[in-house]
Amino acid sequence: MLRRLHSEQPASFAFTADNQKWAEAQITKYPEGRQASAVIPLLWRAQEQEGWVSKPAIEHIADMLGMAYIRVLEVTSFYFMFQMQPTGSVAHVQICGTTSCMICGAEDLVAICQEKIAAKPFTLSADGKFTWEEVECLGACTNAPMAQIGKDYYEDLTAEGFTKMLDDLAAGKPVVPGPQNGRYAAEPKSGLTSLTDYDASKAQYNASVQLATDLEDGVKRIQGDEVPILTPWIGKDGIVAGRAAAEPTPKAPEAPKPAVKQAEEAKKAAAAAPVAEEQEPETLKGARDGKPDNLKLLKGVGPKLEETLNELGFFHFDQVAAWTEAEVAWVDSRLTFKGRITRDNWIEQAKQLAAGEETEFAKRAKKDDIYDE
Amino acid sequence: MLKDQDRIFTNLYGMHDRTLKGAQARGHWDGTAGLIHKGRDWVIQTMKDSGLRGRGGAGFPTGLKWSFMPKESDGRPAYLVINADESEPGTCKDREIMRHDPHTLIEGALIASFAMNAHTCYIYLRGEYIREREALQAAIDEAYDAGMLGKNAAGSGWDFDVFLHHGAGAYICGEETALIESLEGKKGMPRMKPPFPAGAGLYGCPTTVNNVESIAVVPTILRRGAEWFAGFGRPNNAGTKLFAISGHVNAPCVVEEAMSISFEELIEKHCGGIRGGWDNLLAVIPGGSSVPCVRGENMRDAIMDFDYLRNDLGSGLGTAAVIVMDKNTDIIKAIWRLAKFYKHESCGQCTPCREGTGWMMRVMDRLVKGEADLEEIDMLWDVTKQVEGHTICALGDAAAWPIQGLIRNFREEIEDRIKAQKSGRMGAMAAE
Repeated sequence: MLRRLHSEQPASFAFTADNQKWAEAQITKYPEGRQASAVIPLLWRAQEQEGWVSKPAIEHIADMLGMAYIRVLEVTSFYFMFQMQPTGSVAHVQICGTTSCMICGAEDLVAICQEKIAAKPFTLSADGKFTWEEVECLGACTNAPMAQIGKDYYEDLTAEGFTKMLDDLAAGKPVVPGPQNGRYAAEPKSGLTSLTDYDASKAQYNASVQLATDLEDGVKRIQGDEVPILTPWIGKDGIVAGRAAAEPTPKAPEAPKPAVKQAEEAKKAAAAAPVAEEQEPETLKGARDGKPDNLKLLKGVGPKLEETLNELGFFHFDQVAAWTEAEVAWVDSRLTFKGRITRDNWIEQAKQLAAGEETEFAKRAKKDDIYDE
Repeated sequence: MLKDQDRIFTNLYGMHDRTLKGAQARGHWDGTAGLIHKGRDWVIQTMKDSGLRGRGGAGFPTGLKWSFMPKESDGRPAYLVINADESEPGTCKDREIMRHDPHTLIEGALIASFAMNAHTCYIYLRGEYIREREALQAAIDEAYDAGMLGKNAAGSGWDFDVFLHHGAGAYICGEETALIESLEGKKGMPRMKPPFPAGAGLYGCPTTVNNVESIAVVPTILRRGAEWFAGFGRPNNAGTKLFAISGHVNAPCVVEEAMSISFEELIEKHCGGIRGGWDNLLAVIPGGSSVPCVRGENMRDAIMDFDYLRNDLGSGLGTAAVIVMDKNTDIIKAIWRLAKFYKHESCGQCTPCREGTGWMMRVMDRLVKGEADLEEIDMLWDVTKQVEGHTICALGDAAAWPIQGLIRNFREEIEDRIKAQKSGRMGAMAAE
């Protein structure tokens, strides 16, 4: 499946303040210099916040983790949970379609999505509220068929139940995830065949559904303030005990810097490099007697460059022939083609032309009228 | 049938108290420090004696795997990485451990890490298990608060951290070296071996990757003794095991049973029988999508363990994820769906797998419709043989085996469909 950046990208991305704090807390899970490990969790949080992963988000996270943009982009495109295009404003519906679910009726659920949402996956519904896709095994096979909507698994689905569920979600009504056929979790529906002792005292919902109903963040765009940000691995003394006890993790090999950064640094280095001394040569306000030489006869000077040279105050071959090294540097820095003067040997050419001689190029140029005006 | 008092996962369905207090009431975190004080060698030897074979599918002896870790550090830290990237189609057992009995896993992580000289454990959870991640993280936070993790974990004198990490929907990250790559923040592409992770794994350090269930059973085995665990199942197939039965049974479920239980007993006791009765059973995939399917009539008396399923039925126990299909199932289509799965999940690193999985799926596509020639069945067989064994990791093999199982067991069905399609066409032409 072809996965690439979406054609329309937002101008910028930033984590909310709480999500930023959360992201920084995640990075502390990994040894020093290994912060790239956090790339998947951070990308995931960006998607939870925005609904999909955009180019600015990729770049933002790459900068946070000191990674090259391309490395984060390739991680994004490799892992299928990252949506690289905008998703429904309410939810992105994922139907498990692999064998266990397929033989239990997943194709009916897909048909409902095609009818109610969009004929094709990853396409916004008419009201913009939903997108859908068929995903590979979601790991709830005894509760087949099932779908994941937002954070939650909706299990033991029927076609009617699923249709109603989509309607309720669209209307903003609460929907309880988990098994939809009265089961508690993954026990046999016909009654417990083991572990019968605790049946009576159980909590209302299984662990997943309990979290969903407590937090009510199943299809919410996550802001980071839903649950407290905890980092229990950092002890009261600010030390990660397991890391302090073990030998230090070897340093990661130096990663090549992002191309953009390399270019920036090259620019800076160029700016800092000692510049050849410049001296302003003598210039004229206009051509002597209003008769400028045809500077285009110099090999390497075209109409555009001639114009520039005229603007700088050069109209005659003898002027060019008289440039010193420092003066060449002065002119050079004002042209768009650096190094052209020496490369094309303007001074030597100009000396010949000023003396009334012809150069090879000038002969040809005149003969062929290459600068016919 | 296994008695409740012999079950390790006493809160598999989450009906009992899921907190640390509840776990302690059920006997977890009991004398953990004492187990650790018996020493590394004792832990590893007990695990070897128990006969526990890895629960992630390959069935490699867990104690032996641990013993590959360097005894003395050479200046690098060691890591335990727990593979909770449960994505093998049909498999949904680790999910129940992580959300309902998480403390078995956390306690196991501490003991196992101690046994391999690791102070840090990463749990790599599949990205889709979001609520399971929240539940497991809550249990980890709770364990830190109670001093079971962190400095001097559980009073054992061992400093230990557990970090929960997650992926983002790539089946290949269940392969141990791909998992390590992913944990390092890269694309999940398997590494060449050697070096094996025990030599150079996560961040280039000695690493052992174990399945959730393999780690979660450790504390109970150590508490109750190797003989107790080895007492279940046939020799070389010891212990209790979580079975996940899905598909066409009356009551699909996840259940802990003794190894080497017969298929019939498993289905009759826990799953309410086959939908439509035993005569209606068409085929069974006994160990998750990667193992070949078995014809229904051979399955009834099958013994559910590693050796019987491999040696007698040419299949495998895998993750003990049993997919049952009755006679309403289009078996060719069911296997085609697995071929589609492997095509989708191939990481694209090795050519035989990247190209072969797509090729196999497209031929299967035509076999489903019957729009193929009879020779193409052998051609498909040939292609599976060329993919198998020619890739860095086992995904190529896993993609080939279900198709081989289909051709071996249901060749007639495929041929009938092709013939019907052909004769149907001829009939139509004759009518013109």
